[in-house]
Amino acid sequence: MDNHSKNNHPGYSTYFFVWLALLAFTSITVTVAGINLGKYTMLVALGIAAVKSILVVNIFMHIKFEEKIFKVFIALSFSTLLIIFILTSFDIIYR
Amino acid sequence: MSSRQEGTVAHVHRDDIGARMGMWLFLFTEVLLFGGMFLVYAFYRFQHPDQFRVAAMELNTGIGTLNTVILLTSSLTVALAITAVQKGNRFLAVLMLNITLVFALMFMVNKYFEWSAKISHGLYPGSKAMLDLPNGQILFYGLYYVMTGLHALHVIIGVVILSFMQIQLMKKKITQDNHVKLENAGLYWHLVDLIWIFLFPLFYLIQ
Repeated sequence: MDNHSKNNHPGYSTYFFVWLALLAFTSITVTVAGINLGKYTMLVALGIAAVKSILVVNIFMHIKFEEKIFKVFIALSFSTLLIIFILTSFDIIYR
Repeated sequence: MSSRQEGTVAHVHRDDIGARMGMWLFLFTEVLLFGGMFLVYAFYRFQHPDQFRVAAMELNTGIGTLNTVILLTSSLTVALAITAVQKGNRFLAVLMLNITLVFALMFMVNKYFEWSAKISHGLYPGSKAMLDLPNGQILFYGLYYVMTGLHALHVIIGVVILSFMQIQLMKKKITQDNHVKLENAGLYWHLVDLIWIFLFPLFYLIQ
């Protein structure tokens, strides 16, 4: 197995388009923040942040092009964080 | 024994996947560190939704947006620097890392003006103006200073790491076929960007 860096990373233009998408999402989230969506405001803001972070992790951080074990690691740590949040939210809601 | 060593003298053991995996494990501990703070934020925002809104109105959305654009662009330039090294274009890589460092400094300058404006209004942890505020607003500003402060500390550490990489790049210690150090430094920088992606809407965009 070749453990050295593989050169299957995307070229300059891919990063450039991802950057444009990230800027577009930023302007959307700033614009939407001015509109009153009631209880969905936070949901929309976090949804856009989630989409942005998926772009950063997959392309900028190369996870899309990494070995499968990296994706398993990320899924595990994300699930851990999610479980902590869900369990704590029960304490907040039913306190 | 000695003959075996002679036979492998040209081979230096290197495990780039292992190096990146180690970096990711470290990044997970960072995610948990900030995750705990986001959890505290969620808890107090649920308890004081109106006071969080009032306090957040005081924050400068313009500076927050500008810093978001700065960090996103600096993430782009780090990614481009790594691609440039992989393609053997050292000049472009050095240039891109320099631009990244300039963006990082711009971020910190904005942060300085933002914080000094707050502090000149008497809004800093433990100040009299702060202690006169309702509980929810004290909590909001406390979280604001701790979370954006810890993030700013990460920006400073990122600047140190990227400057170190810059030197290594210019000394030709980072090369086309040995650049995992630069990749890991890039991963750290992207994490700083990633955390800001969540800090920005949670602190600057509450209406």
